Amino acid sequence: MKRPSLFIAQLLFTLLVCAFMLVPVLMSLLAGLTRNYFQGVSSGLTVDWIAQVWQAYSPTVWLSLQLALACAVCVCVIGVPAAYALVRMNNRFSRAFEELMVLPVAMPGLASALALLLTYGQFGSFRSSWLFILVGHVLFTLPFLVRPVMAVMQRQHLPTLEEAAASLGAGPLRRFFSVVVPNCRAGILAGVLMVVTLSLGEFNLTWMLHTPMTKTLPVGLADSYASARLEVASAYTLIFLLMIVPLLVALQAISARLSRGEQR
Amino acid sequence: MSSTVLKAQDAGARGSLIGRLRPTAAWALAPAAAVLAAFWLLPLAHLMLLGGQQRDGAGSGYWQVLSSPQYLGSLAQTCVLAAVVTFAALLVGGITGVFLARQRFFGRSTLVALLTFPLAFPGVVVGFLVILLAGRQGLFAMLGLKLAGERWVFAYSLAGLFLGYLYFSIPRVILTIMAACESLDRSLEEAAHSLGAGHWRVVCDVIIPGLAPALVSCGAICFATSMGAFGTAFTLGTQLNVTPVAIYNVFTNYANFTVAAALSVVLGALTSAVLLLARRMVKQSRTVL
Amino acid sequence: MTGIPLRLIGCRKAFADGTVAVHDLNLTIEAGETLAILGPSGCGKTTTLRMIAGLERPDVGQVLFGDQDVTRLPIERRDVGMVFQSYALFPNLSVEGNIVYGLKVRGMAVAERNKRCAELLELVGLQEHAKRGIHELSGGQRQRVALARALAPRPKVLLLDEPLAALDAQLRERLRSELDQLLRSLGITSVFVTHDQGEAMALGDRILVMQQGRIAQLGTPREIYQQPANPFVAGFVGNLNAFPVAGRTVNGLKVSGGELPWIEAGEPSTVYCRPEHLRVVKGEGHLHGRLLGQFFQGAQSRLLIEVGAAQPLLVDSADDVIHAPGDLIALSIEPQALFALHP
Repeated sequence: MKRPSLFIAQLLFTLLVCAFMLVPVLMSLLAGLTRNYFQGVSSGLTVDWIAQVWQAYSPTVWLSLQLALACAVCVCVIGVPAAYALVRMNNRFSRAFEELMVLPVAMPGLASALALLLTYGQFGSFRSSWLFILVGHVLFTLPFLVRPVMAVMQRQHLPTLEEAAASLGAGPLRRFFSVVVPNCRAGILAGVLMVVTLSLGEFNLTWMLHTPMTKTLPVGLADSYASARLEVASAYTLIFLLMIVPLLVALQAISARLSRGEQR
Repeated sequence: MSSTVLKAQDAGARGSLIGRLRPTAAWALAPAAAVLAAFWLLPLAHLMLLGGQQRDGAGSGYWQVLSSPQYLGSLAQTCVLAAVVTFAALLVGGITGVFLARQRFFGRSTLVALLTFPLAFPGVVVGFLVILLAGRQGLFAMLGLKLAGERWVFAYSLAGLFLGYLYFSIPRVILTIMAACESLDRSLEEAAHSLGAGHWRVVCDVIIPGLAPALVSCGAICFATSMGAFGTAFTLGTQLNVTPVAIYNVFTNYANFTVAAALSVVLGALTSAVLLLARRMVKQSRTVL
Repeated sequence: MTGIPLRLIGCRKAFADGTVAVHDLNLTIEAGETLAILGPSGCGKTTTLRMIAGLERPDVGQVLFGDQDVTRLPIERRDVGMVFQSYALFPNLSVEGNIVYGLKVRGMAVAERNKRCAELLELVGLQEHAKRGIHELSGGQRQRVALARALAPRPKVLLLDEPLAALDAQLRERLRSELDQLLRSLGITSVFVTHDQGEAMALGDRILVMQQGRIAQLGTPREIYQQPANPFVAGFVGNLNAFPVAGRTVNGLKVSGGELPWIEAGEPSTVYCRPEHLRVVKGEGHLHGRLLGQFFQGAQSRLLIEVGAAQPLLVDSADDVIHAPGDLIALSIEPQALFALHP
């Protein structure tokens, strides 16, 4: 029998890949909880490093959360109608627009940030507020909401549902809020979770757009990697992981539900 | 007679054009269009113009970039690195993805979940993880100390960067390949088997051609991400000569906006070209961004 | 509830690629009438329905509801009830939620709304299912919810797009008679589209047969079946035997296989009859041929008989006599069952 041996070889390979992905994360978690990483776990476990990180960097956590939530709201407000429009129009123009929308993700973040900085950097109060970073995040995360929402909209036979609502007397706005939005809740939720996750971790744009007064979590992380001791950096990473892993778990649950819905 | 027919047809075409454009639908696009135009297209156009400006009599930014061995070398190095990472990620992720999509065994869904989490890790964190693996106090350093009596440290070199880029490329490839596998027609494989094709033949003749569109588009995204990845390189050290770091250095250390803009535009053009090429090669495929 | 008459005056609709879906259609639907629009796919029947609904605007022409010109009104302001082919029930709402949607849109008070909803649930026999989600319903139940939802706001006109097409054959029969009773008791002007001639005959007060965007015939089911205007209509509503005429005799027409009784003057090039009007007789008949096959269909059997023409004859025979292939069969026909058509 050839298959079992092939199966085992592939399984081992997959486990090896898994180890590559997970071992450093586990090491980081451990380092953040170890009293002295150079001496190993034998030096004892502690939450001192986490407390220390919290003292020094908690503003970055709050700012990142604020940014992520604001970003999710903004992206929803402009993204859901946009997804609706793109699905409804479905012509050459809408496809071109869709590609345009994905461009900020495909372009190196540094280039986008530089473009924003060189164009709007002169407006001092805008430049120094967190809204400047928000703009970057909205640009970067927009397609991650629009795409799943569009996918759900295409699957739900929305045009017919809308025609049905219209035949019952509902005008365009009412149709949008009573039929379109409720029927792509799952897509919106998946998109919002993705947007929040990405916004929390966004670095390439944020590093260029931030000021000393507007440091986000990843900016703080980069700071700590460059200057703090390994245990502090690890503890900080631990806090970050604690924030995004629940989001990722929820995201996977939702996408599993969405793909089940696809089969139904 | 023919003119009335023409007129009627014309009217018909106009009527359905209005139907197709749906004024309400177009309104719904307006906010997104405004944001993109103001904060993406306008700044991008500005960046392109800025790259063409003359400064200190040294020629335009583009000329400075394209005539300097340093910048060209950095671009070439970035391209080669991104290409190697893409190839490696497609190989590793492809094997793992096909395996996970096709086999059902205990713990599979957990494995899938664990393998896809790192997709959302920012580049800085990935850089730090590489340091933990291959840095001065990393896993490999300790292994080397035990096995060979010397610390194996390669985190701060291109090898470290390769490891980091590979780290965030693999989950994307796995996810895309798994999705593509699921939409692959299994009966094709069964047909090939029924015609007497062996396992490897089926892989070469059926599975790889079937996955080709997903491989190409996912590869293009991996390449683009690796080209523009700044966080990892930033964490691993700013002396690495990859283009995003070069842009950052030019911008912050020398405040040379023209060259920074020109380099950004060239980098962006390169990535867009690869993405466009991939899109030309495959018309339709679902990629995980 | 009494209906209003509907009129389409010179309505024409072309698509972007230039194909004309409906050519200058003139049509009057009487108040309270049920009109069935029948035709093969792509004949323009759905486009006609959508123009009445307000989902498509005619390029040329007018749509009148009673005396009101509604050509420029969007569907949401026309007061129509519509049942869609796939029902288009809102999956995010319960049965009740679906039914009261149109009432909510019109701003009806909660108490009144609930009363109307209860009435409709009773009308379609779904009292027990008010709180159910759409996914929990069977196909037939969904169809009833769709009907109840369309009727709830007391529309002026009821439009049904292939209302029974998504159901399996047995259920379709049952719901067809239910729908028939309902439409008759409500007295609402209704228009439905179907490609199933049986459905059109059973439900329609009149049938509009469409062919390539034009009216092929408009009439009662009986007229359509017994006096089809042209071979297309005749062939579309039931099966048809065609006899190319070879010559005239005193009281008949010479055709391959024999001579048909024909009392009218003149000599048509082809005459037609329905399969059930040919009778198998013992001894002499009008036509003689050899049996190709016999297919038992329950209440009747269908015989294929070779008479030397291009097509074998179809005969639907109610007597349960079993013939053997190759048997010589004699057929007779009443003169009034034969008709000529002007193509």
